[in-house]
Amino acid sequence: MPDMSLIKVKMPEQDPNIRNTNFTEVSLGYDAEMALKEAQRCLQCKTKPCVAGCPVNVQIPEFIKLISEGDFEGAGNKIKETNSLPAICGRVCPQESQCEQLCVRGKKGEPVGIGRLERFAADWFMENRESHIACSARNGRKVAVVGSGPAGLTCAGDLAKLGYEVTIFEAFHVPGGVLMYGIPEFRLPKALVQKEIDNVRQLGVNIMTNMVIGKVLSLDELAEEGYEAVFIGSGAGLPSFMNIPGENLNGVYSANEFLTRINLMKAYKFPETDTPVRVTSSVAVVGGGNVAMDAARCAKRLGAEKVYIVYRRSEAEMPARLEEVHHAKEEGIIFKLLTNPTKVIGTEDGWVKGMECVEMELGEPDASGRRRPVPKQGSEKILDVGTVVIAIGQSPNPLIKSTTPGLETQKWGGIIVEEETGATSRDGVYAGGDAVTGAATVILAMGAGKKAAKAIDEYLCDKHGKKE
Amino acid sequence: MFKIVRKEELNPTVKLFEVEAPYVARKAEPGQFIILRVNESGERIPLTVADYDRQRGTITIIFQEVGKSTKLLGTLEEGDELLDFAGPLGVASHLGGYKKAAVIGGGLGTAIAYPQAKKLHSLGTEVDVITGFRNSSLILLEDELKAASTRLFIATDDGSNGNKGFVTDILKKLIEEGNKYDLVIAIGPLIMMKMVSLLTKQYGIKTLVSMNPVMIDGTGMCGGCRVTVGGKTKFACVDGPDFDGHEVDFDEAMRRQAMYKSHEKKSLEDHICRMGLGGEAHA
Repeated sequence: MPDMSLIKVKMPEQDPNIRNTNFTEVSLGYDAEMALKEAQRCLQCKTKPCVAGCPVNVQIPEFIKLISEGDFEGAGNKIKETNSLPAICGRVCPQESQCEQLCVRGKKGEPVGIGRLERFAADWFMENRESHIACSARNGRKVAVVGSGPAGLTCAGDLAKLGYEVTIFEAFHVPGGVLMYGIPEFRLPKALVQKEIDNVRQLGVNIMTNMVIGKVLSLDELAEEGYEAVFIGSGAGLPSFMNIPGENLNGVYSANEFLTRINLMKAYKFPETDTPVRVTSSVAVVGGGNVAMDAARCAKRLGAEKVYIVYRRSEAEMPARLEEVHHAKEEGIIFKLLTNPTKVIGTEDGWVKGMECVEMELGEPDASGRRRPVPKQGSEKILDVGTVVIAIGQSPNPLIKSTTPGLETQKWGGIIVEEETGATSRDGVYAGGDAVTGAATVILAMGAGKKAAKAIDEYLCDKHGKKE
Repeated sequence: MFKIVRKEELNPTVKLFEVEAPYVARKAEPGQFIILRVNESGERIPLTVADYDRQRGTITIIFQEVGKSTKLLGTLEEGDELLDFAGPLGVASHLGGYKKAAVIGGGLGTAIAYPQAKKLHSLGTEVDVITGFRNSSLILLEDELKAASTRLFIATDDGSNGNKGFVTDILKKLIEEGNKYDLVIAIGPLIMMKMVSLLTKQYGIKTLVSMNPVMIDGTGMCGGCRVTVGGKTKFACVDGPDFDGHEVDFDEAMRRQAMYKSHEKKSLEDHICRMGLGGEAHA
C-alpha cells in the first residue's frame, strides 16, 4: 500500500541564518530512509501523467519504484537512460510546473517529491558507482557543438552515445555554461557539475575551452575542418539594462557580471582568488526571476546587511520559482514589490549612492497575460543603496549570428528553428536552449539538445545512407 | 596550455611574450585582444594583440606589471605555459583607404599602437608615429616603430631623450605645419586619448581610440566594459575596443576605471605578503 501522507517527506536544509553567511549548499538532500519513505507515496499510476511533464521523458514511476525497492543503483540507471545530467536536474528543475504539477497526489495534498527523489538517486549513484554507459562503435563522423551549457552537454552526450565524434567548443576557460557562471554554488555545487561534465567526457566527447566560435572559427570554417553538422547552444548571454539615468555609475552590475564574478571567478574567496566583486552594506537587485533571487542571496552572503528585491509587479506575477522566493525570504531578503527604478543616483565621483523608485499599481492584462504595472505619479522615493544589480533578463549572444551568413534569427536575437528538430535556416546547423528561446530553464535546454541530437543523427544517416 | 616561446623585457616594468596559440594566430588582426589566465585562481586578463605570426602560430602580447596578476604573469619564463588564452576578441580596426595617418602611443599604449601603424604602413598609408613616455628609460619599440612608419617622433615628460613635451604638443605642431591627416589613432592612458581627441576635434580629423575597460568574459556577456559613445552605451569587448574619440565619454570611463582600485591594492598587498617580497608596491 502506498503511503497516503498528504505532505512530502521534508528535505533537510541549512538553517537560514547560518546559510546566508556561507556558500555551501542550502538543501541537504534525502538520506536513504527519507527516500524510501517518500518513494512509497507514488501511486505507480498506469497512465504516468508525470512523465508527460518531463522535457526529457524520465521514466518517473519506474525509477521511484526501484527506489522503493531499495535498488538505488537501478534507479540511477533508469534516470540516466533519458537524462544525462540527473544530479543537476534534481536540484534546479522547476518540478512544480512540470512533472510534479501533473502528479495525481497533488490533487489532494502535495505531489510526490519527484525532484527530491531524482536528486537522491543521482547523488547516490555519483557517490557509489562508476558511470559506464554503453556507446555505439565510433562512426568517424565529426559533429561540433557550440557551448557547453545544459543544451550542448546533452546534445553532445547523446551524439557520442550514437557513435559520433563530438567536439564541444566553449568560450570560457571551463565548461558548464550557465551551470558554472550563473547558478550559485549554494544551489548547485560546482564539484557536482564538474562530475557530470566528466561523465560526458567519458562518453568520448572532446571539450575545447577558450574557443569563442564566431571569432576564432566561423561555422563555415568548422565545416572546412570536417564537422558535418553543428549544434549551437550558445545560451542567452547578452544582459539587458533598463536604460535609465545613472546605469553606468560605479556599483551598477548586470546580474551576469555579478554572478559570473562570484560563481565562475569565485570572487567570494577574494583575495585568495584574484577577481573581486564590490558589495556594499545595502544592495538593490532589480527583477523578479530566479536570476534576481540568486543575485540577492549572493549579495547577502557577501555581507550586505540589507538586500532588496525591487520588482515592478506583485508577488503573484514573479517569474521566480516559489522555492527560490521562499528561500530568499527566509534568508532575510527584503521584497520591494510594485516598485520600479527610475534612476540611479551617484556621488560626485561616480559611485552609486541611491536608486530612485516609483510605486506601481496593476492595470489591465498585457501581452504576457499578466496585469500591466502602471506608475503612480508622484510616488517617487529614494532607496539608499550602494550597489545595484540589474536582473531583468538576458537575450542570446549575437556573436554567432553576426558571423554566420544565412542564419535566421528573431528580431530580439533568438535563432529561428524548427520546433521538433532544432534545424535552423542553414543546412546541417541545429540550435537549442536559451540561444533559441531566450533565457529559460536548464531542463528545457536539455530537452532541446536531446531533440537536436536525434535530428542530427537522422540528418547524417540520410546523408550517408542507412547505418549498417 | 599555451607555451611562451619568447620573453623580452622592454623596459623595467614592461614585458613581451610571444605565445603559441595557433587558432588565435590564424585570425588575429590589429585592434583585437585576447584574454588569458595564469593559474586556477587567476583573473581573466584582457591584453591587446601586439603582433601575430600566422606561420609560427604565435601571438605577441606586451604588458606592464601593475597589479598582482600582471606581476605574476611577469614571473613566467620562456618555456612556461599559460593556462588559458582566448581570442581574437573585439572588432578589428578598419585601416584601409587612408592617405596619411598619425598613430599616437602613450606609454604602454605604444605596444598596442604598433600593430596599427604596421598595418597602415603595409597598406601604403603615410604614417607618422608619435609616442610619449615619462622618461627615456621607458621608451618602447623604437626600432620596430621606425620600420613601421614614415616618421617617428618620441616625446618624454621630463625631456630626458632631448625632446620634452607631450604627444599632443607634437601632433598640434605637425598639424599646424600643414600635415593633412585623414586619420589619427590614439592609444594610451584615458587622459591622453581625451586630450588628443579634444585637439583633433578642433581640426575635424577622424580619430580612433582604443578602450581598455574592466571586463570579465570579453564576449558581450557581462557588460562590465560599458562605455558611453555618442550618448549610447556600448560594450568595449564586442562593439570595440576601437571607438570614435570625438564621441567617447572619457570622464565616465576614467571614473569606471577606478571601480576596483581598493581591491587591486588589497590583492597586490596580499600577494607581496605571501610571496615574502616585502618592499614598496609600485602601481
